[in-house]
Amino acid sequence: MTDLTKLEAELAAAVEAASDVAALEAVRVAALGKSGSVSELLKTLGAMSPDERRERGPAINGLRDRIAAAIAERKAGLEAGELDAKLAAERVDLTLPPPPERRGRVHPTMQVQDEMIAIFAEMGFGLAEGPDIEDDFHNFTALNFPPKHPAREMHDTFWLPEDERGERKVLRTHTSPVQIRTMQRTNEKLPAWIANGQEPPIRIIVPGRTYRSDSDATHTPMFHQLEGLVIDKAIHMGHLKWTLETFISRFFETPLVETRFRPHHFPFTEPSAEMDVRCDRSGGEVRIGQGDDWMEIVGCGMVHPNVLKNCGLDPDVWQGFAFGFGIDRLGMLKYGMPDLRDMFASDVRWLEHFGFSAFAAPNPATGLS
Amino acid sequence: MKFTLSWLKEHLDTTATAAEVVEAMTMAGLEVEHVEDPAAKLAQFTVAKIVEAVQHPNADRLRVCQVDTVDGRKEIVCGAPNARAGLTTIYAPLGAYVPGSGITLEARPVRGVVSNGMLCSAKELEVAEESDGIVELPDGLAVGVSATEAFGLEAVIDFEVTPNRPDWLGVVGIARDLAAVGLGKLKDPAVAAVPGKSPLSLEIRVDGDACPVFAGRLIRGVKNGPSPAWLQRKLIAIGLRPISALVDITNLMSYDRCRPLHVYDAAKLSGGFVEARLGKAGERLEALDGKTYEISAEVCVIADGSGAIGLGGVMGGESTKVSEATTEVFVESAYFDPIRTAQTGRTLGIGSDAQYRFARGVDTAFVTPGLELATKLILEICGGEPSEVRVAGHAPAPPAAFEFDHAYVKKLSGLTVSSARIEAILTDLGFAVRGEMVTPPTWRRDVEGKADLVEEVARIEGFGALPSTPLPEMPRAVGGVLTVRQTRMRNARRAMAARGYAEAVTWSFMRTDWARLFGGGDQALRLSNPIASDLDCMRPSILPNLIDAAARNARQGFADAAVFEVGPTFKGDQPADQLTIVAALVAPHEPRRWDGGHADPLFALKADLMALLDEMGAPPLQVVQGHASPWWHPGRSARLQLGPKNVIAEFGELHPRILKDLDAEGPMLAFELDLGAIPEPKKKPTKTRPALALSPLMPLTRDFAFLVDQATPAGEVVRPILGVDKSLIADARVFDIYQGKGVPEGQKSVAVEVTVQPTEKTLTDAEIEALSAKIVAAAEKAVGAKLRS
Repeated sequence: MTDLTKLEAELAAAVEAASDVAALEAVRVAALGKSGSVSELLKTLGAMSPDERRERGPAINGLRDRIAAAIAERKAGLEAGELDAKLAAERVDLTLPPPPERRGRVHPTMQVQDEMIAIFAEMGFGLAEGPDIEDDFHNFTALNFPPKHPAREMHDTFWLPEDERGERKVLRTHTSPVQIRTMQRTNEKLPAWIANGQEPPIRIIVPGRTYRSDSDATHTPMFHQLEGLVIDKAIHMGHLKWTLETFISRFFETPLVETRFRPHHFPFTEPSAEMDVRCDRSGGEVRIGQGDDWMEIVGCGMVHPNVLKNCGLDPDVWQGFAFGFGIDRLGMLKYGMPDLRDMFASDVRWLEHFGFSAFAAPNPATGLS
Repeated sequence: MKFTLSWLKEHLDTTATAAEVVEAMTMAGLEVEHVEDPAAKLAQFTVAKIVEAVQHPNADRLRVCQVDTVDGRKEIVCGAPNARAGLTTIYAPLGAYVPGSGITLEARPVRGVVSNGMLCSAKELEVAEESDGIVELPDGLAVGVSATEAFGLEAVIDFEVTPNRPDWLGVVGIARDLAAVGLGKLKDPAVAAVPGKSPLSLEIRVDGDACPVFAGRLIRGVKNGPSPAWLQRKLIAIGLRPISALVDITNLMSYDRCRPLHVYDAAKLSGGFVEARLGKAGERLEALDGKTYEISAEVCVIADGSGAIGLGGVMGGESTKVSEATTEVFVESAYFDPIRTAQTGRTLGIGSDAQYRFARGVDTAFVTPGLELATKLILEICGGEPSEVRVAGHAPAPPAAFEFDHAYVKKLSGLTVSSARIEAILTDLGFAVRGEMVTPPTWRRDVEGKADLVEEVARIEGFGALPSTPLPEMPRAVGGVLTVRQTRMRNARRAMAARGYAEAVTWSFMRTDWARLFGGGDQALRLSNPIASDLDCMRPSILPNLIDAAARNARQGFADAAVFEVGPTFKGDQPADQLTIVAALVAPHEPRRWDGGHADPLFALKADLMALLDEMGAPPLQVVQGHASPWWHPGRSARLQLGPKNVIAEFGELHPRILKDLDAEGPMLAFELDLGAIPEPKKKPTKTRPALALSPLMPLTRDFAFLVDQATPAGEVVRPILGVDKSLIADARVFDIYQGKGVPEGQKSVAVEVTVQPTEKTLTDAEIEALSAKIVAAAEKAVGAKLRS
């Protein structure tokens, strides 16, 4: 018996002494491997008499089991230690900056355009578009600006050179030519995105670039308008008023906004009106919802019978309203941008400050921005 | 245009304040620009009397005055030569701000004598542009009376007139509208004729094309000096300069009645006639503005025996102008055609109060009454004896009556207004109402139909009364209102912003020389009247604007710009020539990095472009190198196309020479994508997606290293591999490019990982071998690739 006891003590000491998994494996092979010391002992069982085997068997098997268990336990301990050491070695300094990433922004005018589209889409307005380079007919004549009439001078028009037919195209001075393109079909070959005649009832908005030869803090040679047009049989000025009032309160997302509706003149509407919002200009900047001043925010009116006639619609059957907002101007008012020219200056600091996150898409659940 | 409250009250019987007038004007459709109230500016200034004025002990030019003021007797030092005992003048107390000199008065000794206030000149009070010494006022004014009252100053209302309402260019026209809205009662503006004492010795002729009607008369024995104070004050108040009584009377008529007139010194007329006719080629005229104008046959001129003496309805001539020496005056009251007058103004670059009014259309029935009224004023102010009036030509016919169904007010405006009220409003505004027939007054040529009458009624009732009415429900488009293209534009913005680009909105026009560098600059796309010489050509590309934007930001110290724009470019002036482009630009100046990461930023840009195309739903595109436009770096640019005819995008590094031409520091990377060139998906009846077949079998990967010619694009090795067996090969990706030891000179090794996805059964080794052999063969056939041993 003493040789077994001695062997067990030796093996136990070797297991204990193994400092890493490889050394422990060597101990395991030396004891339990094919020709390990314990395996050799197990092999002797076969040559024994049954009596001897009955006596020695349990002792040798017990030794094997205890050594195997000791090795497994030691192995688990060593592995845990090694993992700890490995993890400790993998430490990094997480105060270091991540790889640089740029912050993208959506331009405020385009954000505001999306906001306006969202509100009008909710009221059932679709979107129509037209070209930036327009002909005189769509920009003026069809809109009841008689040729040579002083009303044309109200628009500081950009002109392109005369073509071979003696006609001059213009950069559209407003989005209103798309009213005509929506109500009247032309034989021109047009790309699919350009409006080309639609049967009434009509309910559309037209956002887009517009151009006038003018430049100061509130005028730029290019700016954005959003036109609206509603044509049906019984649409009257009260509907126009409701539409604009409702839009304004939804757009500014505050109950404070107060509006007023007053007469004005546009050649293509009759009656014509402008809507103002109450504001305060005393501090040099415009604040809406307070003060005693008024600021014009949209021109509008009932579509002029001549415009309907020019588009082939009978003004005794069809009537409706049109309006035109300055998109950039609305954005300046809502988000407090003081100078229109900054909108088009592409200063990255300005875009960063006044721009919007990609995820700020207007949405009925989260609001407009 | 400007007027004062007292002027308005000459035509309107009212107790309204200036603020009430402004409010009523605004709500009637007259846009008030601002109200200038001198009372506010001059609140601290009052009338005072100099009791004693003695020489200053230490200064020759100064006087020390004892002055009776609203604050009691004050000792005031004054430098004005006219400071004398007994003078009634204007006093400013200490602490007052003197507008004309921009100083606030303090008690400071002047050469040893303290001045306890100041005596003011008209210039210092800003009531005159020039002044000589301190103000001299009538003795009858009591000490303490406000300066505003002493000068007879009052609030001036400045407003804008829309082109449809020339009648508002006369104060009486405003009074008429304000009476209609209930602000007061219109005083009778009727005019009595002044009988002539003798026949008119001049012949008057008109060519109806040039001038429909011309009325005139002579007034003999006039005395033309400065006009009386009341008239001068009236004109100065609204910003006009008094000239002489005769001229001032014509200005008064222009602003009071919107009736421009012209006065000629009859002694300077020759030939015994005055005619209005079209100009003749070669004719010239020195006008009253001192400039000489070349006259064309489109222009209406007034002529006598000497030739042109005036531009009809625009400006008189120097040769016949009235002066203080004038004793006989010929007064013209004519109607000039609006379009011809507007055109004359435009083509000759000349404007005047008369031109402004005739171009908009004055009252066609007030030609003779205007002349009578002017005669009356001339006789009152200048004396003299009038001839009879002679009229040549015929005024345009008055507006015709038309039918007006009162129910149309409700139908178009939504307002409920009784028939009686409708009639009352129209009558107040000068319309003749006979049952259903309405005739507009001669001064309202803008009213052509029933919609115009609805505006009149609604405007006078007040737009505040319009009933806010919800829009009726309308069948909605299912699934949103935007078209595929509109949705793509919107998504493109948000996709680019999500990938770190800031959205810019830049001008649709640019410098012609930049446009030419980018394939544009056609004469047909150059503006005739650009706002600036560097904004004169419609853009053929967005890139120059983005390059310029990045360069400007770099000059501000922000070199690491990533910007994009979604907007139009123009190939020509037709609607189909307008493209919708997404352009993005990166000026790669990443901050230095502690981890040393530095991949080629061009591939980061390519990744952004591919992600954008994926977001837009573009099909897989070919990358073709070597054919991109000349503004790109020839070796670092490519185009993405569906086929050679359908190029959807170009991307790469911009050519350094182009950047130099645009004064920009490189490198800059960019892409330009034609949104309209991406095919739109086929419309499907439902949104159901195709069934998803997931293979239960593990995909496996095999690596191949090919030797190819150094110039062979890696993409051309990969493409044939993808085509070998579409049912098995799910992907093929280049994961290594190697040149050097072990690779023959002039060649490169392209390592490709091919992913095989079995769908029906696990592949046997033999099947995999066979597939591998096909892959190698395909690569060899396409680009001569050899498997690297």
